[in-house]
Amino acid sequence: MSAHDEIVGQQTRPQGALARFAAFRQDKPHIFLLLLMMAVALLMMDPRTWVLLTISGLAMGAMVFLMASGMTLTFGLMNVLNLAHGAFISLGAFAGASVLVWLSGQANAPSLLINLAAILPALGFAMVVAGLLGLVFERLVIKPVYGDHLKQILVTVGGSIIIMELIHVVWGPNEIPVPRPEALNGAFILPKSLPVIGGVALEKYRLIAVVLGLAIYGLMTWIIERTRVGILIRAGVESREMVEVQGYRIRLLFLGVFVAGSALAGMGGAMWAMYREIITAHMGDELMISVIVVIILGGLGSIKGCFYGAVLVGLINLYVGYLEPRLAAVATVGLMVGVLMWRPQGLIPVIKV
Amino acid sequence: MAESILSLSGVRADIDQYHILHGVDLEVPAGELTVLLGRNGAGKSTTLRTIMGLTTVTQGKVRFHGEDITGQPTPRIARKGIAFVPENMGIFSLLTVRENMVLAAVSGPVDPARLDWVFDLFPPLKKFWDRPAGNLSGGQKQMLAIARAIIEPRELLLVDEPTKGLAPAIINDLAGAFEQLKQQQVTVLLVEQNFNFSRRLGQSAAVMNDGGVVWSGPMNDLADNDDLQHELLGLGLGEHQ
Repeated sequence: MSAHDEIVGQQTRPQGALARFAAFRQDKPHIFLLLLMMAVALLMMDPRTWVLLTISGLAMGAMVFLMASGMTLTFGLMNVLNLAHGAFISLGAFAGASVLVWLSGQANAPSLLINLAAILPALGFAMVVAGLLGLVFERLVIKPVYGDHLKQILVTVGGSIIIMELIHVVWGPNEIPVPRPEALNGAFILPKSLPVIGGVALEKYRLIAVVLGLAIYGLMTWIIERTRVGILIRAGVESREMVEVQGYRIRLLFLGVFVAGSALAGMGGAMWAMYREIITAHMGDELMISVIVVIILGGLGSIKGCFYGAVLVGLINLYVGYLEPRLAAVATVGLMVGVLMWRPQGLIPVIKV
Repeated sequence: MAESILSLSGVRADIDQYHILHGVDLEVPAGELTVLLGRNGAGKSTTLRTIMGLTTVTQGKVRFHGEDITGQPTPRIARKGIAFVPENMGIFSLLTVRENMVLAAVSGPVDPARLDWVFDLFPPLKKFWDRPAGNLSGGQKQMLAIARAIIEPRELLLVDEPTKGLAPAIINDLAGAFEQLKQQQVTVLLVEQNFNFSRRLGQSAAVMNDGGVVWSGPMNDLADNDDLQHELLGLGLGEHQ
């Protein structure tokens, strides 16, 4: 039912600094938490380390966002819990790595342009392979279990095991080293003349990951906010039945979103492969913990929440990993628990009406 | 009576283990406003949902322009030109008014001339064009729900209790809008509990009871006959203000 009437407007400005702060915390919890975390970290370490960790955290966040964004859409729109999402990440990593090995001539050339001729096909191939698998997976595995979470969990975990074993069949059971393209190695050194943070070395690959993550986030936001397909997706999150009543075939929309989500997982996997430079069939499973934390943290079905959730997870991972390495594994889940105690609906929930 | 655009014959439908419709026979004449009356639980809303394909027909036939549409998927039925405004209005409250209308115009961009006409019918929609639809008042939401149904020319409108919970002044506005639709000879099937509203608008009427249509005919025959109203609806007009 959508019969609840909210007050139109509510645009009285809160009085006083404290009240304004409370309003900010309430309206922009994602920004508040991000700033808080960065400020606390800055107090606990020297600024040069902080810059380094923050960029690395953003890079990790960007990659986790790519992997998680597909899942938050499938969950938010289709109400489908696809626990095989991690297997799509692994598959994307292997597909991307294969192309990099195959095009190693271009990948090892000392020119960024020639490197791109290897990187872009690698990312593209990872997306196509994961997307195609998504297409088959939706028809074969997900379609019979729409609307039943328990069955979805069972069949997708089963499907995930099968995909990972198939990766073993095709690529063998061993870890595979991934050649990172030449232009992505090395670091930018910040000019010595900069105060405080001069001379910090920023790894190129991480910067590129941040840029790519931001670009995909921008593109997705644009699609969701501005295009007809995006309006349909948001409408579908609210009421599938009414989307059909308007004359749209929501099953097709579901399929499209599922394929797009799988392709993004594949791309995230390929990015992660180049980042870690070594991949296993089970890497997706390990990343799924972060992915699930991110989508719960951000608010189910929200692209914006997913992005900020991913950035928060990336940052806390690196900050805590530096300050107290033994707690690094706990930090991600700890963050989720903390946020859920504060906002049980997640940072930016898409409300189901 | 005009030729019928929609006809139901012997339609049965279940919701879970309950039999809701026990053989509905209904003719909706083209170019007229038909009111579907009946007590709570008589199966009026289910009848509309069944026409839209939202509730499965277990027996019987739904025909639209003579074509059997029984069991067709909802989007295909909608694309034939049938718009449905459910009882809860079904507006997308997280979307803006504009976005709601953009989706409602299935066949392409919203036609500006038609949009102006809709704005004339429902001025608040113009005012709150870029606001989330969830922030609208109950009456404005109903306006949006109906605007959505008429933003493109349709063959048939199915409207479920548009006056429910609305203030008399707003009900009057809505009635005005329906009058205009009538003048344009849009075919409407309206489920309504408010008998005054029904009598003002309806050209033909059908009364449901216990999952079947028990009476149908010209609205005037029902409006002028207190005994018949008592028998069919359990209420005389005087008591049902």
